Amino acid sequence: MSKRIDVKDLNVYYSKFLAVEDVNISIEARSVTAFIGPSGCGKSTFLRTLNRMHEVIPGAHVEGEVLLDGDDLYDPAVDPVTVRGQVGMVFQRPNPFPTMSIRDNVLAGVKLNNKRISRSDADALVEKSLRGANLWNEVKDRLGRPGSGLSGGQQQRLCIARAIAVSPQVILMDEPCSALDPISTLAIEDLINELKADYTVVIVTHNMQQAARVSDKTAFFNIAGTGKPGKLIEYADTTTIFNKPLQKSTEDYVSGRFG
Amino acid sequence: MSSALLKTRRSQLTKGRLPGYAIWVVLGTAVVLAAAVSALIGFDVLVWALIAAVFFVAGATLVTAAAEGRRKAADSLMTYLVYGAFVIALLPLLSVIWTVLERGLPGLSYDFFFTSMNGVTGATDNASAENGTPVLGGAYHAIVGTLQITLWATLVSVPIGLLAAVYLVEYGRGGALDRAITFFVDVMTGIPSIVAGLFAAALFALLFGPGTRTGFVASVALSVLMIPVVVRSTEEMLKIVPNELREASYALGVRKWRTIVKVVVPTAISGIASGVTLAIARVVGETAPILVTAGFASSINLNVFGGWMSTLPTFIYYQILTPTSPTNIDASTQRAWAAALILIIMVMLLNVVARLVARIFAPRTSR
Repeated sequence: MSKRIDVKDLNVYYSKFLAVEDVNISIEARSVTAFIGPSGCGKSTFLRTLNRMHEVIPGAHVEGEVLLDGDDLYDPAVDPVTVRGQVGMVFQRPNPFPTMSIRDNVLAGVKLNNKRISRSDADALVEKSLRGANLWNEVKDRLGRPGSGLSGGQQQRLCIARAIAVSPQVILMDEPCSALDPISTLAIEDLINELKADYTVVIVTHNMQQAARVSDKTAFFNIAGTGKPGKLIEYADTTTIFNKPLQKSTEDYVSGRFG
Repeated sequence: MSSALLKTRRSQLTKGRLPGYAIWVVLGTAVVLAAAVSALIGFDVLVWALIAAVFFVAGATLVTAAAEGRRKAADSLMTYLVYGAFVIALLPLLSVIWTVLERGLPGLSYDFFFTSMNGVTGATDNASAENGTPVLGGAYHAIVGTLQITLWATLVSVPIGLLAAVYLVEYGRGGALDRAITFFVDVMTGIPSIVAGLFAAALFALLFGPGTRTGFVASVALSVLMIPVVVRSTEEMLKIVPNELREASYALGVRKWRTIVKVVVPTAISGIASGVTLAIARVVGETAPILVTAGFASSINLNVFGGWMSTLPTFIYYQILTPTSPTNIDASTQRAWAAALILIIMVMLLNVVARLVARIFAPRTSR
């Protein structure tokens, strides 16, 4: 249950402002793809176009095509809610629902949509999702406690469990480790490596070592200057990007000469 | 040897500081001096306390200035002025509570809570005054009226206010409708309560003929006063729900209205509930709009949709303005104060409820 993503000639706008220009990229199913680049280059914006989350911001719209296994996400007949059910997302800051227990947080995708689920199915789903997020052993004795009582790293894994509980095809992660300490980061990175067996994972990161550690392919985004649109500069195997990039700016960035 | 020395000598770091007992010396001196001065001009406790306070602030400032310098003196002067302002702000409140307790408690009895003014006439009051028997008559009808009218006002205004706030925060995007609602809510906040009463009276006069006065008309008048308060407080509460929670919900494929109903409102519910309770506390004491909409009754009426009703404020108003027995007004005065005490207790209970509700619904963060 994972799908590939093909993006063709995508421009992303905030009202009239062109934020990301002319992206063409193909993301394989069951792989980890990292987006790297300096701040403000549009990698987060582009990531959010992959499940139409950028539409939450008034005035945001796109031109071009995003194909999920050949189906265009931006077809006028497509409901963004359906898209988000297939393409899950994990955010920069852990954001468990403060009114819900750990268990209810995992079941949020089911319960908020008012789907009926039997108690035994729910228990099974909670355990499967929490195991999938490497959190089960830490929280199995306190599933009824509030999710906001966990540590930052645990909260982030809870958010990942919540995302995989709705069995998406793709999981997008927007700098999932930037608010975490190195130990929690390691736990998330291990988890990403396991997730790619079942899901297509796309991760935005500012940490180049992290991109090198977890991803199969890496896309480098850059921006010519403030007010100019961000562009996809280079997209290749992670080893190529970090060892023999074709573009000069990619080499400068990954070797720490700028950014 | 050096440790023995350290024990006996004063620390270099506290040099030039007044010792702790200095303030009490100044206070004692100020009280004694003030007693002397007030004795000269005619003794009175209030004058004594006032002069003592002035002497104390001046004396403490001067002593501090001499011993510790200008900066410390300014600091202590300001500290005492702030405390003084606090006491002055508290005095009227304490005075009100004291007066109402003192005059209201004698009138509180089981009968006062559970009988109405039905059949209580001037003759009854004259008889109880002459024979020294307990004052008859009670505020049962007014208590029931207050509860019913306020309940209906809440039922009318909470859905409207809540939905308006949800529209403003979640759907409005600074458009014309958005700004118009905000503007009119602000205007409504400033409407005098009698105008709200006249509005409700006129509205029901148009719909059901002139002179339509029932408890429900009063509820509508009160809801005109409540709606802006509910909208404002709910709006503020919804605004502080982090956007991340909405995004987290959308990212799980949850529709916008479900996100609002199941994530946004529950997260803000404690603030919304206490805002609503405070809005109720605000209107429960209204008098003028009740008089023009619900009229006044001295017997029990449990039907908000028919017949005149009275509430605690209108009960107090009539007991004071038109005593039941013109020759023995003490009975009516006592009933009015007892009703005032019940009203204050009601408002206090509502405030306690608001705090409890806020605590019960608050998102749990404990480990």
